[in-house]
Amino acid sequence: MNTKARSVGDVTPFTAHFNQALPLSSGAELPEFDLVYETYGTLNTNRSNAILICHALSGTHHVAGTYSGDARTAGWWNNMVGPGKPVDTNRFFVVGVNNLGGCNGSTGPASINSRTGKPYGASFPFVTVEDWVHAQARLADHLGIDCFAAVMGGSLGAMQALQWALTYPARLRHAVVIAAAPKLSAQNIGFNEVARQAITTDPDFHGGDYYAHGVIPFHGLRLARMLGHITYLSDDAMMEKFGRELLAGKHKFSLEVEFEIESYLRYQGDKFTERFDANTYLIMTKALDYFDPAASAAGNLSAAMAKIKAATLVVSFTTDWRFSPARSKEIVKSLLDNALPVTYAEIESTQGHDAFLMENEHYFSVVSTYLNRVAQEVNA
Amino acid sequence: MRADLKAISELVAPGTRVLDLGCGDGVLLRHLQDNLGVTGYGIEIEPAGVVASIGNGINVIQMNLEAGLSGFDERSFDTVILSQTLQAMKHTEPLLRDMLRVGRECIVTFPNFGYWKNRLQVLAGVMPKSSDMPYEWYNTPNVHLCTLHDFEALCQRVGARVLQRIVISNGKPIHALPNLLGSLAVYRVSA
Repeated sequence: MNTKARSVGDVTPFTAHFNQALPLSSGAELPEFDLVYETYGTLNTNRSNAILICHALSGTHHVAGTYSGDARTAGWWNNMVGPGKPVDTNRFFVVGVNNLGGCNGSTGPASINSRTGKPYGASFPFVTVEDWVHAQARLADHLGIDCFAAVMGGSLGAMQALQWALTYPARLRHAVVIAAAPKLSAQNIGFNEVARQAITTDPDFHGGDYYAHGVIPFHGLRLARMLGHITYLSDDAMMEKFGRELLAGKHKFSLEVEFEIESYLRYQGDKFTERFDANTYLIMTKALDYFDPAASAAGNLSAAMAKIKAATLVVSFTTDWRFSPARSKEIVKSLLDNALPVTYAEIESTQGHDAFLMENEHYFSVVSTYLNRVAQEVNA
Repeated sequence: MRADLKAISELVAPGTRVLDLGCGDGVLLRHLQDNLGVTGYGIEIEPAGVVASIGNGINVIQMNLEAGLSGFDERSFDTVILSQTLQAMKHTEPLLRDMLRVGRECIVTFPNFGYWKNRLQVLAGVMPKSSDMPYEWYNTPNVHLCTLHDFEALCQRVGARVLQRIVISNGKPIHALPNLLGSLAVYRVSA
């Protein structure tokens, strides 16, 4: 890490309102919508230095910086984005946006449907990665960005970066695709389905319209998050972090929390229910499940990727078993088949899928070196 | 530029598709891109090499060559290059076979173990060291050193035709007694 790296400091989110209806992949449409976003750095005069950061399942528009000087409010990619950091805000104008269906200010299931005067709840339409990209393009128009220097993300965020390259080939120069897969495996979908079942079978779910009942499907959402956390960490990382440590030092022969890992998962689950909406969790996991760009080319990923014009950086992590390096290599292969510029780094890490959020020397030097090249290319 | 890299760039046709195995910091590909307009991809396993290659503006793919080139389709590159890496491979024969599958042509370079200075050192009872093989026997990555004759025997074994051979010493081409007087060999072969 650059020794001069620092935080972007205090930031303020903005809200953009869009009056023009957004047609969705499902056939439904959103008559109007809001997107909440943050920006860091300065857009240069030829508007060539913008980087869009797309968030993953539970992420937000708050990528970097803090609110009111409170270090606990640091953005989810604060280690990656800032002055002197791999995504250097001294050179780039960085945009973070909360996706449609989210619960952090962009229009989502908990938002009031202007037609009914009530929260959307279960009536909020299912959205796809492609829908998000269309909505993000509206935000780019709003900000006066014709072409991003790069669109970047990890996990589900990386899928958006890839989708950008497919849907708007002329509107980005680079896609940075970290810890991704070209589509979910049956196992991935299986995990998502268990998480969804945990939520929808919670008695407080009320068919998705729990807002009116003044409750949330707390237990279901908590379970969903606990399950998720298991898939984000590697077996080794979990063992290293928690081992078989007992809170009380000995077996209690009870169902109370005994092992450190139980305590960790319960804590993560509890914390999550305080900040996340269960309906959003359902929508986000569905968007993951539906993502399959090869489907547009009869399952042939290479044929689907032929539309891409951007150069791509693909990064994977050795112990990520949710989206393993082999899945990233499928993306690399499809780009190679089209003779497209592609760079691939496989980062040695014990952190599992979560590694994309963590500081790691090789990972950060790959991203910063790559983006340094991008900066030169766009005169940032 | 390293003498073998200079020789390689004379063997690559402009505007072709090139795969450089063990591309290191990417200087060869960068040179080929800038001067011959090739579409190039490099493969490198070392993190520092990957980062340096990115810095040099080449397409680099971090991958272990020992696992083979199974991700690459048959005849998907005009030229596959293996420069100064053959001797450090554990799975030398399978890699050479894979290269012949993926590339229409392959360029292989390696330090000639049969070079007279190497032979002299062996005669003197020590393992050879030179600018091309600067390692001690106990820390060398070179596990499969060979002579020109040895390499040509392997070519015959895997069905590779030798299209061209350039033997170099001190940056100059050697024509007489190449297996004795050449320190570095550059071969152009095809299936």
